[in-house]
This record gives sequence, structure tokens and C-alpha cells, in this order.
Amino acid sequence: MMLIDCPYCGERAQAEFTYERTLDSIVSLDMPVEEVLARLFSRANPRGEDRELWRHTSGCRQWLVLRRHRRTHAIAAVDPYAPDDPE
Amino acid sequence: MTAPRRIADGATDSLRFTFDGRAMTARPGVTLAAALLANGVSLVARSFKYHRPRGVMAAGVEEPNALVTVGEGGRTEPNTRATDVFVYDGLVARSQNAWPSLNFDMGAMNGMLARFLPAGFYYKTFFGPASRWMLYERFIRRAAGLGKAPVDSDPDDFEHRAAFCDVLVVGGGPAGIQAARDAAAAGGRVILAEQDAVLGGSALRDGIAVPDPVQAGVRVMLRTTASGNWDHGFVTLVERIAEPGQQPPAGMPAQRLWHVRAKRIVLATGAIERPLTFAGNDRPGVMLASAVRAYIRRHGVLAGQRVVIATNNDDAYRTADAVREAGGTVVAILDSRADTPAGVHPVFADAAPLAAHGGRGGITAVTARIGTTTRRLRADVIAMSGGFTPVVHLHSQAGGTLGWREDIQAFVPEGGPEWIESVGSAVGEVEPIAPASAELPDPKHSFIDFQNDVAASDVDLAWREGYRSVEHLKRYTTLGMATDQGKTSNMAGLARLATSAGVTIPQAGLTTFRPPYTPLTLGAMAGADGGGHAAPRRRIPLHDAHEARGALWQPLGLWHRPRAYPQTGETLHDAALREARAVRTVAGCTDVSTLAKFAVRGPDAARLLELVCATGIAKLAVGRGRYTFMLREDGIVLDDGTVWRLDENDYLLTSSTGGADRMEAHLSYVHRVLAPTLRVSVVAQQEHYAGIALAGPRAVAILADLAGIEPPAHMGLAHAEVCGLRTLILAASYSGERAFELYAAGHDAAPIWDAIENKVRAAGGFPYGLEALEFLRIEKGHVVIGAEADGRTTPHDLGLERMLRKTGGFVGAQALARPALTAPDRRRLVGLVSPEQIPEGAMLVADHGAPVEGHVSSAGPRLLETGGAALALLAGGMARQGETLLATSPTRDRHVRVTVTAPVFHDPDGARYRD
Amino acid sequence: MKRYSAMALLRAGLTGQRGWERAWRDPEPKPHYDVIVIGGGGHGLSTAYYLAKVHGVRSVAVLERGWIGGGNTGRNTTIVRSNYRQKPLHDLFDFALGLWEGMSDELNYNVMFSPRGALFLGHSDADMTQLAQRGDALRCSGIDAELMTGDDVHRLVPLLDMSPDARFPIHGGLIQRRGGTARHDAVAWGYARAADAQGVDVIQNCEVTGLVMAGGRVTGVETTRGTIGAGRVGICVAGNSGPVAAMAGLKLPIEAQTLQAFVTEPVKPMIDTVVMSQSLHCYVSQSDKGGIVLGGDPDQFPSYAQRGLPIRLEKAAAEAIALVPALSRLRMVRCWSGTTDMSFDGSPIISALPVDGLYLNGGWCYGGFKATPGSGWCYAHLLATGESHPLAAPFSFDRFATGATIDEAGVGFMPQLR
Repeated sequence: MMLIDCPYCGERAQAEFTYERTLDSIVSLDMPVEEVLARLFSRANPRGEDRELWRHTSGCRQWLVLRRHRRTHAIAAVDPYAPDDPE
Repeated sequence: MTAPRRIADGATDSLRFTFDGRAMTARPGVTLAAALLANGVSLVARSFKYHRPRGVMAAGVEEPNALVTVGEGGRTEPNTRATDVFVYDGLVARSQNAWPSLNFDMGAMNGMLARFLPAGFYYKTFFGPASRWMLYERFIRRAAGLGKAPVDSDPDDFEHRAAFCDVLVVGGGPAGIQAARDAAAAGGRVILAEQDAVLGGSALRDGIAVPDPVQAGVRVMLRTTASGNWDHGFVTLVERIAEPGQQPPAGMPAQRLWHVRAKRIVLATGAIERPLTFAGNDRPGVMLASAVRAYIRRHGVLAGQRVVIATNNDDAYRTADAVREAGGTVVAILDSRADTPAGVHPVFADAAPLAAHGGRGGITAVTARIGTTTRRLRADVIAMSGGFTPVVHLHSQAGGTLGWREDIQAFVPEGGPEWIESVGSAVGEVEPIAPASAELPDPKHSFIDFQNDVAASDVDLAWREGYRSVEHLKRYTTLGMATDQGKTSNMAGLARLATSAGVTIPQAGLTTFRPPYTPLTLGAMAGADGGGHAAPRRRIPLHDAHEARGALWQPLGLWHRPRAYPQTGETLHDAALREARAVRTVAGCTDVSTLAKFAVRGPDAARLLELVCATGIAKLAVGRGRYTFMLREDGIVLDDGTVWRLDENDYLLTSSTGGADRMEAHLSYVHRVLAPTLRVSVVAQQEHYAGIALAGPRAVAILADLAGIEPPAHMGLAHAEVCGLRTLILAASYSGERAFELYAAGHDAAPIWDAIENKVRAAGGFPYGLEALEFLRIEKGHVVIGAEADGRTTPHDLGLERMLRKTGGFVGAQALARPALTAPDRRRLVGLVSPEQIPEGAMLVADHGAPVEGHVSSAGPRLLETGGAALALLAGGMARQGETLLATSPTRDRHVRVTVTAPVFHDPDGARYRD
Repeated sequence: MKRYSAMALLRAGLTGQRGWERAWRDPEPKPHYDVIVIGGGGHGLSTAYYLAKVHGVRSVAVLERGWIGGGNTGRNTTIVRSNYRQKPLHDLFDFALGLWEGMSDELNYNVMFSPRGALFLGHSDADMTQLAQRGDALRCSGIDAELMTGDDVHRLVPLLDMSPDARFPIHGGLIQRRGGTARHDAVAWGYARAADAQGVDVIQNCEVTGLVMAGGRVTGVETTRGTIGAGRVGICVAGNSGPVAAMAGLKLPIEAQTLQAFVTEPVKPMIDTVVMSQSLHCYVSQSDKGGIVLGGDPDQFPSYAQRGLPIRLEKAAAEAIALVPALSRLRMVRCWSGTTDMSFDGSPIISALPVDGLYLNGGWCYGGFKATPGSGWCYAHLLATGESHPLAAPFSFDRFATGATIDEAGVGFMPQLR
């Protein structure tokens, strides 16, 4: 039960949040098909850190980016989603 | 042999309890194990495999042997450690895993066959057909298991609660109390959780007083076990308000599961004494030395008159002192070390027990090795101490690492999350020991895992057969897999493995520590969600109105919607037919409140809708609506519904009930993540409105009458006052008849339903439910999410490809281009007709035995004609119009000839919508 | 390989258990093998066995970084069945079921395959129709499936709460009588012993740290025990598929996710069948030792921690008690978790990868154990011949690009929705 420091709500239990996808799997509607398929249907899936899109569904319901380690669950950063986030 | 007994110290027994029907008494504050010993009971249980007689070995939760069933009826808790239940008046305890009685157990025959039943024997036999294995298995399963589960329902409540603190201290022994007091003094909120009924921990057996942490501002929780240490300082605690089998105080739950978030965790979890490995070390009368001392000092019980102490450390000497004080005789201290402390007791250096002798009632003698000689000593009790194993479970569960301490031959916490700290004996502040010699003259009867009857010979066998990783050893022999999870066996097993492997213990490794630290009931895990509350029941705003009309309810996810309103003597099917026919011929009204509804407003509202919806949006005029559908990013149909333009920049989107949460998340994702600069707001309104659909040839007249307005044309909308309430009227139809959906604020809408229903009935119609709605929409060919749109179908499959917006730019457009999604042999939507009712879900084949080419996705009766209609997904789709197929359902033994038609059976031109 | 039998047990009992051989050798890696299987779980070991037994390919090494069966083979809830709706899945799983039925004799190792029935409960008429559809699809493929009424279900599992106002009322069910349970560890050990007897090198404590590439082709592996050459390399590491494929610069349609399960203290027999639900994720069965084995929702976020969310266990307990009230006072004695390789349509991938000489068997999500022998059989075929076995052909790596996905649950490519 991770503790996630929501930038809007403060530290809240993981149960309030929903994982959506990795940041690098987001596709925009103007991307070419090959890029869409590559981003949608493959993942780096690292045993280390990744940048993930989560939503604070039982809280402020905002979209957040977590930089999180997948093995230790250490959360390095929680930021509001911003569209020009580098991946 | 002398039985265990109470120490005469003037205290009186005020509690009555029974064990296997025998009435006994106990003083308050003692465990059942202590009370049994006080009443002279040595034989308490039988071991799992060999049904060997077992007694009490320990004084705490690490007890592997003394498992009993406590309680009656729905409160019965099998497999209860007698050391972990405090006697209360009226406690009923029974032995388990013995037949016909504890004293004379037929299962002991297993013990006589022990030589043929070593670890893993079952992997080497029972070959042949599976039916033969299942025959053996029936006997194995009957012999397996320890206690018996209750059959009656649990009469008690369980509860979950949350707590937050700066410091959670686990363990109320001396180190824990000190840590708690220090933390409180530093100004934090401190919780101290102790699994015992009193604070003190190891101090209790040494009669040492401990300071009171409550005085210092610490919140103390007794009978509360820290069960699991999860991520980021989240700890689950199990609080036992009632003892096993005990009725809780009125209004209280039996047990509570706490979800605690702590900024810091101090683990003062103590250390567990290790048994020694020698022949017969599992007999009643062989006990942990610290336990013998605890029984004397804390519970006023002397486990036996003549006590032999076997040890490799100094701590057991304190037990010798306690035995003497209690009037017992210390026959000998067998100390495996070369150098021994001086004192009053008869001590033998370089000495160890070889074998304990005795019977069901306990031991009578010990054969000891003293130097190079052996001696037989008369004894009632062997108090053994193989050193102390720090309790590192919670540290390890959270990912903490362990280091090896050679001086205490144990693993101690090393690295780990920075918010976790271990103190006291948990971090290795225990007596140094001399490691035991590996010599075992009788490994077959030298037990390592007592509960699972794993002997040293089994560990040796596993090694010989190549099960050499510590995990293989565990799984092959079942060492450490019993209800005590290896608390008194893991280290001895590891030591034996390391010796065989010729490696050190740390090189041999450890198995994984997993929650729970001690077993906890499923009831506590479920909390108040057990039984009827495992999932909420969502009620529609007009629930009571429908209930009053005798609605049959249908679950749809968590919602409950009316399925039909049967009249007296009607079956569900008859009722639905009557209701649906009424809609076709006069009128009907139905509750559509659960449809997902989204208010999409702002200058860019249409833009957002164009991203989400795969159909045309931009040309929708104010006051008009149209059907739409939405795709997943992979091009598969996600949901469908309608979109209405209420005003210039004010749209209402409706979509399926079951997909409401998913659609809300999807809209939010598209807006906030894909198109965050759009000037639009989306408000989910599923629960805000009650929705009532009025449908049928008489609907226009009824609505005009009710709302005093010119009813809007099909797919138009209007606002009106109905029964004095602001109502939005959408001229949408799901049934295939002229229809209107009326939306008003949920808590106000009952009068509107009443008014509509009265007019409907006056016209000769009826309220209708989901069953009738199904019949109606199938005839009209409306696909439904979950049936035709099953998460695998594309717009092309459903015949909706012409509605796809040619300019693209909607979610799913790109992935829809994947070749397999438009392949010609895909299963596509068709209609089926038959003189009989067509079984929904049936497979479509050319004939019996032919390959499956599709399936019936929805089926219902023709309403104004005879026969059945169905929608189906069929390879090749409408290219097969006119073909005859077999709709076959082997599970229901129904096989119906059907003809492929267009997927619409009623009013294909939509004439009914035109006034 | 010294044969196991009741006679052998008798003799061993009379001679103090001497005479048993090591179940498998502990060989040093050779410099080269025709086939290297990365991953010593049930799937990897069965692959190696069938490579040798069926295809005569004996120059095979199974490289396991820890102890064999230490991954999901050692963590699953032991359910074996083939009653999936989608034909490519039920054909593959049923082929596996056929192999289960003869496995103990084939391997001369009792894996305790127990066809005690795999029952799906239906909680509404809609559920029952869905179950009937599934059953009809199965029966048309020649696979056993029987619809049961509420009374039938009650007779089979008397402790189920059959009252009409139960939170999850039981209308009936769909049962596959040939389904059931097996002893998971024994499967790994049985295949390891049998493969070893065929000459396969089962090498433990050997972690693959890199792939050796030459001219765009995989020619071997780097390991903690040295470099080993290979004709073909087959990845078979379940939750670790991503990191291993990354050694070849590949991304996969797989995301790692934690799945938990738990077991109670052992009790006398109370549930004889594997009980699952059409609409709940919770499932319940009783092991031969007597513990009730339970599972529920996966953790629904990416993780390699092999450590899960307590609230998933709590919800599973709540649902289980709603189904079987007698469970309330039984105690969870242990919970555990594994890392599942969630594929983007919920179906496995048994396929060549876009790098020559490299193959993948993964993406089994939380349904891999039941497929163990079938997965191994098909993967062996692929690794031996370079061609997909017909049963495995639909499970190609490129199906996500073409759209020919096989999605049993119909939830799409977000693994956490599965």
C-alpha cells in the first residue's frame, strides 16, 4: 500500500489511485499508425524506474505522473500530468 | 513420571473451562496451555502426519504442537494454539486430529508405518489412471487437515479501522516499551502494539517490572498482533477483542483489522527460543527452557517435578533458578559448551541430550551424552534451549535485508527501508551460543518441524535426492510450512542443510518471510465487508416505487434494475411478453436512470466529443440528438450511446450503464491527457437524474398530456415542467417505438413516474422492465454493450462502419487500420429467425459436428408474431443472408434451425418514429 | 533414472531410505547447446523434456537463475482446466489437459493431478447465459462442459451460501469435471528429473545477464557462470520477460504485475471442487494437505516486487466468505505473490521474436500453470523445427500489429483491467 504524495491532496494511500499506463505509451490522435501500434502494444517494462500515468480517482481525480521504481516501489516524484513532459 | 501441576501460591481459580469434555478450572490471566498444564494435562494434541502424541512445547505464538479447537457453533476456531488463547469462563476446547480419542488415536498407525512414509513419499507412488489417484487422494485428504471448520455461520462481527501515527512500535517487551516512551517524549503520536494480553514480553518470565507507557502518552493496543508490514510504513494489525470462541462484549466486533500508516516503525519483536534436535524431542514434556520459566513465573505452573535442562547458552540457567524456586528439582544442566557458568545447579559441560524416553503422558527419562560417556537421567521435563532467533519477519516483509551473526548463529536485520528500525532482542541482543554438533545417532526420531513431522532424516533424504536449495528443502519436506511457519524449525533445518552441503548457514540462504506473522481469521480480513456487504448494492432513485409494484430485480454490475413486474401467476417470461407487447401496441414506461450521462459544456465541447466519438458530431444542430459509439484506442468498440446538443456549447452524452465509470475515466483521459487545452468541462451525472422512458404508439399523446408541450420529433429534445418539476425530454428510442426519455432530479422524480404510469395504464399499457426491453431492442436490431459489442468487435463487425466519421481524428482511428480488424472472414452482425425460440449463447454451425462459425449474441421472442428472433455474430456476415444454420446448445440440449436475415425484425425503415 | 514405484518405496522403507538417486544432476554448463531455454519453471522444464523426448533434441540446457520452479510455478494456486471461451485458447489448454491426465505416469513422478472439477458459479441469469455460451463453445470443440442448476451446485459444494438474498446468489454453474488441481512444485521436479534423464542439462544458480549477438542473430548467452553458445535461445521467464527481451533490444506486449494468493491452516475436507465465479475474481479450492487456497483480483499496477496490496487479499476474503460463510473462522496462515507477465490481450505468446535465433514463450498472465505441459510441447516444437505448432500458431508475437488478438475477457490492451 504505497503512500503517494498527490500534489493537490498531499500524502494519500495507494487505494485512492488508479494506474493508467506508462507515459511512453500515450498516443496522440495525430501520430502515424506505425508509431501508434509501437507505443500501444509494446513496453519497456523495466525492473527499475519508469514514468507512469496514474489518476487520483478517489481524491482530486487529477492525472499524475509518478516516477516509480517497479521493484522497490520507491516513488521518486509525483507531478501533475503536463502534456509536454519529456518521456 | 510426575504430571505438570499448579504451584501452590494462594491464587484461586475463578474460571471454568472444559477440555475434551473434562471440566477444569483456571485462574484469570492464564493461557489455555498454562491452564492445561496446571490441571495436570500433558497430552494435548497429535501431530499432522504420524499422529505422535504432543504436548505444550512453548509459551507463545511459536507453539508448534498444542493445537486445539476452541469454541462452539459458528464461533469455533480450529487450529488454535493453546498458548495463544487466554482462558475465559465457559471456554470449550477440544483436541483435534485424533480418532476416536486423543489418548487412543487410530492415526498413530501412520507413525508405525513412518519408515515407509518419509518426506515426499507420495511423489514416488500412486501412479496409474487419475481415477486411481483420486481414490487414494480421498483417504489422504481425510487424514490430512488438522481441525474441522465450523459449519454454522459466524455470529460475530468483524471490523476494519484505520490509524495514523508518527511511530508504531511493535512489541511491548522492555525494548519496545522503552522505544515507545522515548518516541512519545520526543512529541510524536505513538502506538504500541503487543500481541500478548499484558505488556512485558521477556520480562514476564523473569519477573521484572516494566514501566507503564500509557503514562508517557503512548497508545497501547494489547492482544494486537502486527500481521503484515507492507509498503511505505503501512502495517496491518489484528486486534483480538474476544478470545477464540468467546462472545465479544455487546456491540463489539470479535476481531478488528487495523490499517495503520506510520511514519516510522520500531520493531521490538523479540526473539524466539530454538529447540534442540535429539531423538524424541517432540514428546510431551520436552519444552523450551524459556517457556518452562514463563509457566512458573507468569502462570504459576510447574511443568514437571524433575527437570533436565539442555542448553548451549546462559539463558536456560535462569530456568534452572526458577525451577528451584518453584520447588522442582533440577536434575542436570546439560551444557554443550566447554566453559559453563558457575552456580548451584548440577552442570555438565560438553553435554547434550541424545534421546528423550517416555509415552503419551510425557517423558520419563533422558539419555544424555556427557563428554564421551552416556548417562540415563530420570526426568519429567526436558527444558531445551538452542539459542534465540530474532524475530525478523516484519523487517523482511517490507524488503529489509538480513545479516548473519556468527556469535548467536542467527540472522539479524541489516539494511532496509529507512523508516524501519529494529531494537532489543529482535536486532540480536540475545545470548551468544555455541553451535550444536551435527552428530545425530537417531535422525529418524529427531524432529525439526514438529507440526509437520519433519525429522532430521527427512532433511538428509531431501539432500540426497538433490532438493538442495533451501526452498526445495522446504517444499519437498514441508519443513516450515505448518501453521507456525517454521518459527521453531527453520533454523534447525537450515543448520542441517548447511552441514550436508558443507556450507555455512548464510550461504544456504533463507526462505521468504510472508504475512501474516501469525494466522488471522478470514473474518477479520473481510471486516464488515464479509457476508452481505462484500460489494455495495446500488439502488436507483425510484427503487421504492418499483419495489412497491412488485418488481423482480436484476443485478447489472452493482446496480439493481427492475427486470419485470409480474402479475399474479405470471412467469417472468409471460410478464415480459405482456409488457413488451404493450409497448408495441399501446405504451409502456421503464426506468432508465442508470444510463451513464455526461454534461459536456464549453466552447470546445464538440471538439472533445469528436475525439471520443467515432461518428459525426460537428453538424449536430441545437435541439437534436443522434446515436453514437466510441472506440478503444485499439479500434474495438468501447461503448455506445447518444449525444444531444442542448445548446450552442452544451451537450449531453449518454452511454451504457455498465460502462459508466469506464467512460468517465475515458472522457477525463482524452480531455486532460490528450487534449488538455480544450475549453470544456465534463460532469458525470449518472446518479443525478432519474430517467424514465415512455414508449409506444400512444407515447406522443401521453407526453403531450403530461407535459403540456408539443412533444419533440424523434431525436429531438425539449425542456418541460412535469408534475411541477424541471424535466429534460429526449426523443430517443431503444424499443423501436416512438419514445421519450424524461430526466429529472433523482430525489424528486417519483411523482413523475406515478403520473406516467397512471397514463400508461389508462391507455392499456404497463410498466416494463429489462427483460421486455431486451425483447424490444433485439427486434429493432440495437446492439448492446456486453453482448454484440463484447470487447472484441469492431464497428465493421457490427455493421456500423458507415457511421464512422470519414475525417477520422477520433480515438481508435489509427489502430482500426490493422488488417485483421477488417478481414472478410470476421464474424459480423446478422439476424436470425426461427419458428422456435433461439437459445441465446448458442453456437452457429452448418450442422451437428461441423465447425463453429459464429454464435447467438442476443435472442428473444417475436412480439407480434410467433417464433424467435436473434442477433448473432457469424463468419461472413450478411453475405450469408438466406442460409439455414443450426443454433446448437449442447449444454442446454437445444438445437434450433435458424435462417440468416438482416439484423432487424421490426420497422426497418423507422416508420414508427414519424408522427 | 531410478524408477519410482510402491515397490521401490517399500524397499527403501526397509533399508532406511538408502538407494534413492538424485532427482536431477547438477551439471556444469557446456560451451554450447543446440537449444538454451532461459527459465527453469514448469514451462521451461517441460519444453526441455519434450525437446528431448518428442524431437530427439538432447543438446539442451535449461538455465535457471535461482532454484527450479521458483517463479510462478511455485506460487500459483494449482488450478488446471481448459474451459476458456475462445477456441484457440480452449484448444491449446485442452491439449495441455490431455497431457496432464497422463503426466504422472509419463514422468514417473506423481504430480497429484486431481480432476476434482473446475466449477464456475453463475450469479444471475445473465451469468448463466454467458456460462452456457462458454459451455456450448467448449462442447462444440469436443471439450467437456456441463451446466449445473443451483441444486446441482449445492450438492457438489454443500457449504456454498445458496440463499436467494445472498450478496452473490448462486443460480447455478458450469463445470468441467476433467479440470481440477495438481501439485505445482511436483510438476517442476517431475519434468526436471525426466528431462535430466533424457540428457538435458538443468543448470540452477545460473542467471542470464546478456545475449550474445553476431550479425543480427542470437548465438548465445552471457551468464553468471560464463558464456554459453546456442543454436536457438528460448525465453521462458514469465514475469521477467521484459528485462530478458531487453537484452536483445526488444520491447514486448507484456507488463509485469503482481498477483497474490493465500492459504488457510489445514482443516478436514470441506470443499472438494475448485470453485470460481463468472463475475467475481475470487476463487477457492482445498489442497490435499487441507488448507483452503484462495485468490482474487490482481494488484492492477506494474510491479516486480513480488509483494502485494493487503486490500486485495481482504476483498478476496470478503467475497469468499460471501460464497462460503463457513470460511469466516479459518485463518490465513500465509500469503504470497508472483510476478505475472500480463500480455496485451490476455493470451500467451509462443513465437519467434524479430531477432533471429530468439524465441519467446510468455504472456501467460495469471493462467500459465494449467498450460504447463501444452506450453512446453508447443515451445519444444517451435525450438526444434523453427515452425509454430498448429495449436500455438495463433499466439504469434506480431498479432498485436495485425489485430489478430485473442482476448478472452474482452478488455483490451490495458493489463490492469484484466
